[in-house]
Amino acid sequence: MTANKVLSLEGLSKRFGSVVANDDVSLDLHRGEILALLGENGAGKTTLMNMLFGHYLPDSGSVHVAGEGEGLRPLPLGHPQAALQAGIGMVHQHFTLAENLSAFDNIMLGSEPLSRLRRDRAAGRTKIEQIMTDSGLRAELEVPVGRMSVGERQRVEILKALYRDVTILVLDEPTAVLTPQEADTLFENIGAMAKEGLSVIFISHKLREVLAFSHRIAVLRHGMKVGEIASADADERTIARMMVGADTPEAERESLEPGAPVLRLENLSVVGRSRRDSLSDASLTVRRHEILGVAGVSGNGQGALAGVISGLMPPSAGTVVIDNDNVDGHDPLTLIRAGVGRIPEDRHRDGIVGSMSVAENMVIERLDDPEVQTRGFLKRDAVQSHAETLARDYDVRGPGVEANARLLSGGNIQKMILARVFERSPKLILANQPTRGLDMGAAAEVARRLLEARSRGAGIILISEDLDEILSLSDRIMVIHDGEMIEADTRDRETLGLMMAGEAA
Amino acid sequence: MIDILQIMLSESFWAASLRIATPLIFGVLGALLCERAGVLNLGIEGIFVVGAMTGWMAVWLGAGLWGGVLVAAIAGAGFGLIHAILTVPLGLSQHVSGLGVTLFATSVSYFTYRTALPNVSSPPRIEPFGALDIPVLSDLPFLGPVLFQQTALTWLAILMVAIVWYVLNRTALGVAIKAVGDNPASVDAQGLSVYGLRIGAVVAGSALMALGGAFLTMSAFDAFFFGMVNGRGWICIALVIFASWRPGKALLGALLFGAFDALQVRLQTEVGAFLPSQVFLAAPFVLSIIALVIAARSADYPRALLTPWFKGQR
Amino acid sequence: MIRIEPRDAPSRYWSIGIPILSGVIALLLAGIPLAFAGADVTVAFVEMFKGVFGSVFAFTEMLTRATPLIFTGLAAALAFRARLWNIGAEGQLYLGAMAAVAIGSGAIDAPAFVLVPLIMAFGCAAGAAGMAVPAVLKTRYGADEVVTTLLLNFVILIFLQYMLEGPLKDPMGLGWPQSPPILDQGMLPPLIERMRVHSGLVIALVCAVVAHIMLARTVWGFRLRAVGENAAAARHAGIRVNRTMMSVAIVSGALAGMAGVSEVAGLKGYLTADLSPGFGFSGIVVAMLAGLSPLGVVIAALFIASVFVGADSMSRAMGVSSFLADLVVSTSLLCVLVGGFFARYRFTRVQPAGGTAA
Repeated sequence: MTANKVLSLEGLSKRFGSVVANDDVSLDLHRGEILALLGENGAGKTTLMNMLFGHYLPDSGSVHVAGEGEGLRPLPLGHPQAALQAGIGMVHQHFTLAENLSAFDNIMLGSEPLSRLRRDRAAGRTKIEQIMTDSGLRAELEVPVGRMSVGERQRVEILKALYRDVTILVLDEPTAVLTPQEADTLFENIGAMAKEGLSVIFISHKLREVLAFSHRIAVLRHGMKVGEIASADADERTIARMMVGADTPEAERESLEPGAPVLRLENLSVVGRSRRDSLSDASLTVRRHEILGVAGVSGNGQGALAGVISGLMPPSAGTVVIDNDNVDGHDPLTLIRAGVGRIPEDRHRDGIVGSMSVAENMVIERLDDPEVQTRGFLKRDAVQSHAETLARDYDVRGPGVEANARLLSGGNIQKMILARVFERSPKLILANQPTRGLDMGAAAEVARRLLEARSRGAGIILISEDLDEILSLSDRIMVIHDGEMIEADTRDRETLGLMMAGEAA
Repeated sequence: MIDILQIMLSESFWAASLRIATPLIFGVLGALLCERAGVLNLGIEGIFVVGAMTGWMAVWLGAGLWGGVLVAAIAGAGFGLIHAILTVPLGLSQHVSGLGVTLFATSVSYFTYRTALPNVSSPPRIEPFGALDIPVLSDLPFLGPVLFQQTALTWLAILMVAIVWYVLNRTALGVAIKAVGDNPASVDAQGLSVYGLRIGAVVAGSALMALGGAFLTMSAFDAFFFGMVNGRGWICIALVIFASWRPGKALLGALLFGAFDALQVRLQTEVGAFLPSQVFLAAPFVLSIIALVIAARSADYPRALLTPWFKGQR
Repeated sequence: MIRIEPRDAPSRYWSIGIPILSGVIALLLAGIPLAFAGADVTVAFVEMFKGVFGSVFAFTEMLTRATPLIFTGLAAALAFRARLWNIGAEGQLYLGAMAAVAIGSGAIDAPAFVLVPLIMAFGCAAGAAGMAVPAVLKTRYGADEVVTTLLLNFVILIFLQYMLEGPLKDPMGLGWPQSPPILDQGMLPPLIERMRVHSGLVIALVCAVVAHIMLARTVWGFRLRAVGENAAAARHAGIRVNRTMMSVAIVSGALAGMAGVSEVAGLKGYLTADLSPGFGFSGIVVAMLAGLSPLGVVIAALFIASVFVGADSMSRAMGVSSFLADLVVSTSLLCVLVGGFFARYRFTRVQPAGGTAA
């Protein structure tokens, strides 16, 4: 095996400020091998790969990569250009595509000398056509990327890497935005390319796909490599324990009778800027003591649904009824006052004002409350002690409630938002991707709080891309595809996957 | 109505329109280049002043007209470099940095001019660019006389439109510039330098802006006055939105603006008795605001405009 | 290899030290143009110092100069805190001055305790209206307020020309484009006898304190800060972003208008087209030097006023162009910008890139 080693990472470490992202990680990769890099969110998988690709400069450690001829040679670190030249390509989780350019231009970007006055488009096109034939990945070359679906964008990303004649391909969470069927096709293509000699590292936190599609699994936890195992010898239980360090208890679900409807959407349509954030003729009901899961691949109208319920987007047709009252005047304040608690999808952008204090962020939704202000003046002591109580109750850890909210970790930001939402005992809760990017401990805490609210009598609408999360928490499931919502009367992954792809009901 | 038609059919009207448009063509192209790369350059007003002052002074010191143009471009590029360093690697507020560069460039120019010429009451004159006679073109009917009255700098401006268009739409460099203004990560991931592209675009754009200033002292007039730029830079910032960041539309926008301005000057002699002259003076600025308001609704800003990018930071 | 890393929290030490350091560096850099102009640099600095601290009169002149800068500095600081780029304080200042003259030069004859507040109210309203227009264009049509406020400055200056040659022209002014004088009982009383420093300074200081309290202690200030720091989150949390923007625009415009009132009713007595030597733009520098803090604005305004008054006096004594003052002011803005970078980020030395970093 050592003879066809193509990549070797030795002792890579990286700190961001006081956070240790990677600590002394070593890893080997062989020709034609598919290596899965498994770990929780925040375990340091992406940081490790970003060091390999030259986006981050490691604090210590080295990388050796196979060149022409015999043996491994050192790779200059901190330069994407050097990594590309050494045949390493990376497909980022957040696509690095210019949306105003065509797929062709995105693929060619950086491969042509900038000083040249003319471009050889024909040669580029021939080569891309060849790669598309070989890999089975196809994309419309002259269409601007901004108009493409997420799956198509990902194919462009991979083609972009392959165009650079990579021998090592790194894929960061490649299936996060795909339907189960699309994901299977992707892995089939990758498997075929590996047989031809391509070496692949893919990052994932999904046990199922790791076991099904990789040859070898390396597990990261808290920035360190905690184990390596051949996929054939592994099972879900072992690698889950390696990944988390201990078994996590499943959240307890009380069995409850749904109560009166708390939210009714009737024939609701939203016209967004594109089809991706529009909704057409959607109807749904959420009852008390009930979690309604909305499954779907992102960019199929979830933004519009969440936008209406959180008051950010006005519906173009249809009605929103909360507790038998028609909601008119679509702005966030109206919905907050109607008793809706909102957990936003992008907690950094919509959830917190980073350079204001934790205490201020905790009262930001209730500035009219006499507990917070009198005659327009803030009650600073009350705000402060209120925040301290909430931080204790919801276990928000960080440098204190006077510190800027920006300084909290992702999990603690989410707990702060939960505290702000749940303290008002909302009768309806919109939880939009509530565990995205959280480690398992924080995610379990979010799930526990949602179930607690359900027991208390709240109706909850849970939007998630994670089918496992939907299946474990929801009382009922609806699937959203291309702006249309369908009730799913099954819990079968396969069927749900097909519905998410819009293929059958 | 007949009067307006008559004015608009006259050769002198279109010649004047093109003359008024020339500095704006340079300015809008420069602003467009900066913004396509993701950097708003509010230094433009000051860079116009620098171009006007240095170009004029170089000629006055004996550098020759084209020498003056070169000096102006280099000086503009220099002040552009200040803005580029502050906003690209240091990632500081593009608004404040741009205003800072405008204040700094203007005061450097004024101070230098006043120090070099402490005791002049009327500003010294140079021999500016004359009308350029291009053999075949100037014999054309109507178009000939319109173009015949223009100086070499106007021709240069039109040539620059073609060059900027070609670079943006037909070269790998142009693709990279457009990409860095849309999503810097796309450029970085492909091994190109975000900083290099952005700094380069701002410096080149600033050189173009300075040529707009140089046109004022070396072609439209023959001397340097305080306050002569008079908001032309700001108008360019409005026009670039109107032109939706495209060189061809930038030319069109500048020409339209020049035509309106030329028209109002001529109307002033017709209806000046009924309206105070200030109405006409204010017209270009009001017009720019209206153009901005109309364009703003559908403006498709470069996505990464105003957003700094830091390497290797998360 | 040197890399840029954000600091965990902006350094407090730096955020106070940097503006001071920037001012000092900008002043020291002024040595270069001074030498270029052939002046004895040391003597020039001494002259500048004497021009501000050389006599009680000189010092009160500096205070007089600082008064409008506090108003325009506050106008910029509050607007910028909400990320509303009001670059139009210069125009709003003139609107305020025009309103003051229109009301105060005989249109209404009332005793001082009625007329003075009336003049101030109209001046502030005019300034506020001047900023409300671009704010509406921004919130309703999405027109960038940077460009509209910049362009409106020119429109207002041209309007001023028209007013001074027409409706507001002083019939006794020997044909000069100037307004009739404000009635004696409409003038802001002087603070010290036979000096030019006037009670506008007191009003400016009160405004700074009130602005500080509003920003830090009230719900209005909370909303303003939230909108400025993260408009998306503020909107999500139920804060009405456009409404907040409008209220900030009105307060900011009113403060700039008050600068005009203070100049015309506190100092000059009548209005000419050269009332302001760019107070609106210097106000932006003041606000930035102050780190957008209302109390800091007072100190920054005193510094900028010192530079102007000192450079004027030095210029008269030594024949160096008084554009030197503008040079120092703009340099200090660039310095404080760069300094602000060091407050938020630090450079860290890292191992040189290579295959075998130890």
